[in-house]
Amino acid sequence: MIEIKNITKVFNPGTPNEVLALDNVSCTIETGSFVVLLGTNGSGKSTLLNAVAGTFLPDSGTIHLDGIDITNMQEHSRAKYIGRVFQNPCSGTAPDMSIAENIALAVKRGEKRGLHAALTKSNIVEFQKKIKALNMGLEDRLDNPIGKLSGGQRQALTLLMATWLRPSLLLLDEHTAALDPKTANKVIQLTETIVSKEKLTTMMVTHSMQQAVNLGDRILMLHNGRIVFDIKGADKRVIKASDLLAMFDDIRKREQIDPSASEMLQENYI
Amino acid sequence: MSLLIGALTIGLILALLALGMFISFKIYNFADITAEGSITLGAAIAAALIVSGMNPFLATLIAMIGGFIAGSITGLIHTKFNINGLLAGILMMTALYSVNLHIMGKSNLPLMSQNTVVSFIEGLKILPNNDIAVFLATLILVTIIGIVLYLFFRTNIGTAMRATGNNPQMIRALGVNTGMMITLGLGLANALIALSGALLAQYQGFADVQMGIGMMVWGLASVIIGEAIVGGGSVAMLIIGSIFGSVIFRLLVAVALRLGMNPNDLKLITALFVFIALVIPYYTKKMQKRGVEAK
Repeated sequence: MIEIKNITKVFNPGTPNEVLALDNVSCTIETGSFVVLLGTNGSGKSTLLNAVAGTFLPDSGTIHLDGIDITNMQEHSRAKYIGRVFQNPCSGTAPDMSIAENIALAVKRGEKRGLHAALTKSNIVEFQKKIKALNMGLEDRLDNPIGKLSGGQRQALTLLMATWLRPSLLLLDEHTAALDPKTANKVIQLTETIVSKEKLTTMMVTHSMQQAVNLGDRILMLHNGRIVFDIKGADKRVIKASDLLAMFDDIRKREQIDPSASEMLQENYI
Repeated sequence: MSLLIGALTIGLILALLALGMFISFKIYNFADITAEGSITLGAAIAAALIVSGMNPFLATLIAMIGGFIAGSITGLIHTKFNINGLLAGILMMTALYSVNLHIMGKSNLPLMSQNTVVSFIEGLKILPNNDIAVFLATLILVTIIGIVLYLFFRTNIGTAMRATGNNPQMIRALGVNTGMMITLGLGLANALIALSGALLAQYQGFADVQMGIGMMVWGLASVIIGEAIVGGGSVAMLIIGSIFGSVIFRLLVAVALRLGMNPNDLKLITALFVFIALVIPYYTKKMQKRGVEAK
């Protein structure tokens, strides 16, 4: 279970570029839940994900993961609990190292790394078995540098690597946004398979309404650093992409009116 | 003949410098100028301890530890205080100049008639020719270090180091403290460079506070030549390349000096050479791109 309490983050404080990226955000995500974070550019959805991943430390608030306070834990220390896939296919793998070596790095996520050989005959057999399940024909190319693979292949491998050791939490940061639609679909299918098989607690950021509708059991819609809609349970099961679009329109309209007027209208009429 | 053997031996001793530069420059993309201070540091520590009567092998080992500490400090300056890598190296190199003078007590420390690693090997009398015996001993040492280094970069910690240079974001997400990996790696690189300095001092019979000047570019030149000759596809290729590159570069220099090149021009030509070697890949890539567009 993830408990995010009153997280606030201001980027570039005291400069003309000051941005309130997260504004007192709180939410609790149950174990085994698959949450989709939705929002416009600059809404704070990726920032919220990065706050959990530890890319930066929040100005205030706390984050607990399965009861452990990870608020001030360094990025590499909390990696023990968290698997991540990034938007850029180049970000999740070491391009000049072989497929096998990349996997060997992931097999040790969060564990002590000593002077044992990273690749042994037995673990290569294990790698081949799991990679074969991807159906990408990569199992015979374990010695190839991973940088030579296509974006889709790299994202599939990154996903496999992030979940090789079962993480307490899986973070997906628009991990199909840089792929063509067909490849994106394949990676999404793979995501679904792995998440449901391992019953992983997952947070996924996406731009795609369709993905938000099809995947997961909860949608958090963010705007201006706040959670504006929290759709779960039966509501999530019946929601359509058109409903989500209407919600976006609603937010946009509210924005066009003066904030104080909008508040007054909301109090009187909603 | 002895001139040739001498050039080969120095080439092999400096191959340890090249291996150090291979770690910082090829594994971490870090132009570590600490090398200029740590090669002298290795020479200074070994020379001062040998003159004080210590066993030369122990003195050489302590020189390596000194190099490891120097490199680690550069790594800490860079990672803990967020100082640009080149500047961190320059700070360390400058500080080491004073440290080296203190260790030696003067700017030049002769080792003639001292018990050194080199005199020990000559004293074994395994081969009739001492020069060849020293050359072979150096060859064996460098080969062993090359193999150990290769195996090290295939261990769990070694692959984590390579990933740190290749994609720090990825390896942090897999739970590796990248700052620690850079610090350890620079320590390892400078330990090898200090070993190179310690052996060089014992081979040429003196340590000099100026002996580090230009050594970083020298090491880079070796790595680059090696990559051009052997190819840079893998860690093994780069390690073999660095060793070959150093020996070949030393031979080229020896030949050029023999043919009457002014020794004062040596560093200028080395720098020019490295400049050209760094620029060529950029332009060939550019030309290839144009060629593709023209089609």
